[in-house]
Amino acid sequence: MGEKVTLKIWRGDAGQGELTDYRVEVNEGEVILDVLHRLQATQAGDLAVRWNCKAGKCGSCSMEINGRPRLACMTRMSTFDPAETITLTPMRTFPVIRDLVTDVSFNYAKAREIPSFTPDPSVKLGEFRMQQIDVNRSQEFRKCIECFLCQDTCHVIRDHPENERAFAGPRFLMRIAELEMHPADTADRREIAQDDFGLGYCNITKCCTEVCPESIKITDNALIPMKERVAGRKYDPLVWLGAKIGRRPRHDTPAVPGGKKS
Amino acid sequence: MTQAVDAPAKSRAQISERTLRKDPWRRAPAVTATLLTIWVAYATVHVFLGRWYWVPQYHYLTPFYSPCISGSCAAGSSSLGQWFGKVPSIVPYAVVSLPFVLGFRLTCYYYRKAYYRAFWRAPAACAVREPHASYSGETRFPLIMQNLHRFFFYVVILISVLNTYDVVQAFRGPNGSFGFGLGTLIMGANVVLLWAYTASCHSCRHITGGRLKHFSKHPVRYRIWTLVSKLNAKHMQLAWTTLGTLMLTDLYILLVASGTISDLRFVN
Ligand code: SF4
Ligand code: SF4
Ligand code: FES
Ligand code: FES
Repeated sequence: MGEKVTLKIWRGDAGQGELTDYRVEVNEGEVILDVLHRLQATQAGDLAVRWNCKAGKCGSCSMEINGRPRLACMTRMSTFDPAETITLTPMRTFPVIRDLVTDVSFNYAKAREIPSFTPDPSVKLGEFRMQQIDVNRSQEFRKCIECFLCQDTCHVIRDHPENERAFAGPRFLMRIAELEMHPADTADRREIAQDDFGLGYCNITKCCTEVCPESIKITDNALIPMKERVAGRKYDPLVWLGAKIGRRPRHDTPAVPGGKKS
Repeated sequence: MTQAVDAPAKSRAQISERTLRKDPWRRAPAVTATLLTIWVAYATVHVFLGRWYWVPQYHYLTPFYSPCISGSCAAGSSSLGQWFGKVPSIVPYAVVSLPFVLGFRLTCYYYRKAYYRAFWRAPAACAVREPHASYSGETRFPLIMQNLHRFFFYVVILISVLNTYDVVQAFRGPNGSFGFGLGTLIMGANVVLLWAYTASCHSCRHITGGRLKHFSKHPVRYRIWTLVSKLNAKHMQLAWTTLGTLMLTDLYILLVASGTISDLRFVN
């Protein structure tokens, strides 16, 4: 039989709830999710926890462990002091359904708003050719497991829910960057990135990068390059002058349903 | 018969603590704030001092006074000439370059992160509630001006050329022929690192290649972008190292110019 650990777990629903203490057995090699499963099996059969793969690949088990947004299945018990009380709370940015399970539909709504992949219509199916070096950048972003820990930790919406309408969050600004850098995509999403998805709210303080379990360099490789592209479109004095005297053609910018341009 | 269950109300977990983090999250912003404050205080004092910026016999000029364009500059220190007459040192002698260097660092993506966290505390650390009632980020004036970073980058390239010229000058001894001392080496190391910092800039990364959709069509720019990206991954380290070397260079020249220490000469 292993050691026992003290867990403080947020129990409740609809925003009403409290931290409840439990003493649970821990065995060697276990992660937080194992201990939660033992707690469900032995003491709290009604504890709600969302999980699927237990391998850090499905992005279901996101929660806050000692105040830090993490995957429960990738947080080893051996990283804690055996005497320490471990606090487990649901992601703070999203509404609680019950206990550690939150409603992350905000993210799906944002995902749907982004104008999708727009290939050149004159290129027929099966005729696309692209080189690896052209897709390397976009592929880094495809590692995303949609755990939404970055969305949870981003202070723009975490501390200011009123920004939820204007700001899509790091995961979806990264999606825009992915399409912008895609060699076969033809749409220009620079204006809507700023005007409809709130890129300007990001102050590049890198918390999204800090918590990403896939170690995607969200800020350095997606958000800052997007900010630079937007600067080139909207704030570069040389480009602005060029547009004023009509030398540079304006690019098309897809409209976002319900967005500022539609 | 099934029982009707109310849909759960959509509200967040009501946790009043600012954060439940237990790790020492206060440390990093405190260290950043302390170091930046010390640096700014030191630089401000010396920039407005109007003394001990130039070592005539070895041609050492501190970067804080380059180019020395004031009519009050010491003879021989003005590489680009003197643009106006004698004015008190409340007008910094390098008044043409300092605003751009300062603007470059203030709008730098790394320093933005550093001071937003350390001073503005938005956020002080991840998952720690920030103290402000509302937040508009960089969407409005004045912070929307951060988008001009690229413009400062262009100007700072020119200033870096000038700093490089100053190092070349520092390879002359008292009689004007070749010579160098410890001061020359410090100035040289500083300029190399300044170039590395400038080249590792995110705007540089964008301009050299990041803005392209098809790397395969631009092999040379792709190689440059790859190099800049490698440096860019070290941008934070370069930002701090160059603050250190700038201060060291300036302090060394200040100490030699004021006669507090004498330069260690290797040749002539
Ligand atoms: S870097 Fe930007 S998007 Fe990422 S957490 Fe910070 S403010 Fe949010
Ligand atoms: S970017 Fe990283 S943190 Fe954000 S949802 Fe994807 S995997 Fe999770
Ligand atoms: S259970 Fe799939 S990521 Fe944790
Ligand atoms: S100098 Fe830091 S990003 Fe440009």
